Amino acid sequence: MSEPVLRVENLTIDIPMSQGTLHAVRGIDFELKRGETLCIVGESGSGKSLTSLAIMGLLSKKMRCNAARLDFSGIDLRKQSPRAMRALRGDRMAMIFQEPMTSLNPAYTIGDQLMEALQLHRPVGRAEARARAIELLGKVGITAAESRLSQYPHQLSGGLRQRVMIAMALMCEPELIIADEPTTALDVTIQAQILRLLADLQREMNMAMILVTHDLGVVARIADKVVVMYAGEVVEKGSVREIFETPRHPYTRGLLRCIPVPGKTKPGEHLGSIPGIVPSLIGEVEGCAFRSRCDVAEAACASNVPARRTGGDHMYRCIHEVQPGAPS
Amino acid sequence: MSTTTTTQAAAAQAVAPEAGAAPVLELAAVTKTYRVKQGMFSAAKPLHALGGVSLRIHRKDVLGLVGESGCGKSTLAKILLGLEAPTSGQVLIDGREVTARERTVLARRIQPIFQDPYSSLNPRKCIEDIIALPLVVHKIGDSASRAKSVARMLDLVGLPQRVLRGYPNQLSGGQRQRVAIARALVMNPEIVICDEPTSALDVSVQSQILNLLGDLREELGLTYLFISHNLAVVEHLATRVAVMYLGRIVEEAPAAELFAGPRHPYTKALLDSVLTPDPNLSVPDTHLGATYPNPIDPPSGCHFHPRCASALEICKTAPPPHVRSAQGHVDCHLHAAPAH
Repeated sequence: MSEPVLRVENLTIDIPMSQGTLHAVRGIDFELKRGETLCIVGESGSGKSLTSLAIMGLLSKKMRCNAARLDFSGIDLRKQSPRAMRALRGDRMAMIFQEPMTSLNPAYTIGDQLMEALQLHRPVGRAEARARAIELLGKVGITAAESRLSQYPHQLSGGLRQRVMIAMALMCEPELIIADEPTTALDVTIQAQILRLLADLQREMNMAMILVTHDLGVVARIADKVVVMYAGEVVEKGSVREIFETPRHPYTRGLLRCIPVPGKTKPGEHLGSIPGIVPSLIGEVEGCAFRSRCDVAEAACASNVPARRTGGDHMYRCIHEVQPGAPS
Repeated sequence: MSTTTTTQAAAAQAVAPEAGAAPVLELAAVTKTYRVKQGMFSAAKPLHALGGVSLRIHRKDVLGLVGESGCGKSTLAKILLGLEAPTSGQVLIDGREVTARERTVLARRIQPIFQDPYSSLNPRKCIEDIIALPLVVHKIGDSASRAKSVARMLDLVGLPQRVLRGYPNQLSGGQRQRVAIARALVMNPEIVICDEPTSALDVSVQSQILNLLGDLREELGLTYLFISHNLAVVEHLATRVAVMYLGRIVEEAPAAELFAGPRHPYTKALLDSVLTPDPNLSVPDTHLGATYPNPIDPPSGCHFHPRCASALEICKTAPPPHVRSAQGHVDCHLHAAPAH
């Protein structure tokens, strides 16, 4: 058993607002080893993107972030100065964002941006940085890499830009890579290619990867471990098989019923749905946040919600030991 | 280029009228060419956004239109909505051609639902005004009858009456999309063009909207053109599917048939890239090596040949034949009848 690269314990993120404090992330835990892929699933506002920004130290100053533990390869991220975090980011941990058009600088060439990523962190010359940029562009499947270096982001298609983003994130061979909805803005065909590429590179470089997404199809195909977030909380986590084959939390099971699955859902038939909307997280949140939308909620859901384990690392937060109608 | 268009047009004319009712909406060899400049000093070049598209949509059908970004899906939707005029070809409603002057006829019978309910609703108008706007534009009814229609629409799409005086920013994404649906239906259209109606929504909301669209079709006898890149959603809702590649419909067939046995290599690749939530499978390899071609400079022969794993020598030079099947067609050399 190798040491985890990343350990997050009781992470909370509060956002002061005029109406009160918004508890955006409410005490989440997970850990990740090298070579593992963790998917954080949840809908908009569940806190999944804030969690990844917190790890990277990219939260806005207005937000208050606390954790019992936030360790990255033995470094306590809570105690790092902004300067030290800058040195880590792009070097030992890197991030890939959803929209490659807005995260690349339109005024600089692809080559400049790729080389900067390396020269910022390593004492290398231009020639060496250039060689590495060409090597990585080749690795992410871009043909004629050398001629691409002098191109600007607007000259590339969405899929190519996302490949450039990936190449940039990999310039320094990070130990941890966080991809926040990396394929949401792309076509299905390109999505499959980019995900395959990420999975291959992750294996080859033995990186730890966190993939933030709302697409359960992506999760099933790429994750080793899954964290399901709802209203700032981890409602269920486990191995990818546990989550998809024996989901325990009513929210996870609801989500899985919502998506049409070719061959399983009958065309034209009603899909499952989760009625209601996500509750406000401003002020104190008591009990299970999902209870207003849950079809098996009881009075007891308003107070204590135990975290249950079904053996191993499969955890879910629900008053019911086994859900009525759940596969056991 | 012109030769391909003619072959396609000829092929389209050769399609015998199908058994049963006439199509409610028909595109006959529609082309749309834009002129684009690539640099300050270069001459404008033609961009063939639609290269001879022939489509028939029958009443109560849901035609799923799939393809990658840039293939011309949205241009097609714009032409149907009367927002763009075709360069050549015809748009027919109930077998009668709609000319450029009669765009309002199109607008009365065809209404759109757009992708992003955050940008498609005017933030400064209250919900009642937003839903009533099409009636006002077309000068239908007086304010009392409009208010009645709006109230009926809210019930139809499952929104409470209290949102009438509210503004879009007070609503969730799903509620906004319901408002957009109500606005589309207030004109009593026969055809609704849904352009990626759920792709900006969360999974749990997406299923609610898909269920609603399905119910409304049953209830009101609507016909949908359902544009989406989510093939699982298309398979769920569509009765027929048309696959577009670089301005052409490369395959069209009844949904069940197309999903069970895709014929065009591009359709196969699209279906292969659908990620079903099965943890026992990994990310598929679609073998679509090269990237999407530049529409200003399309590949010779079959436009798909540089990305096609089963391309033949002929695919590089000759445009693909229009091969008809019992209930659809495929444009592909691989399915051409052997020459006698």
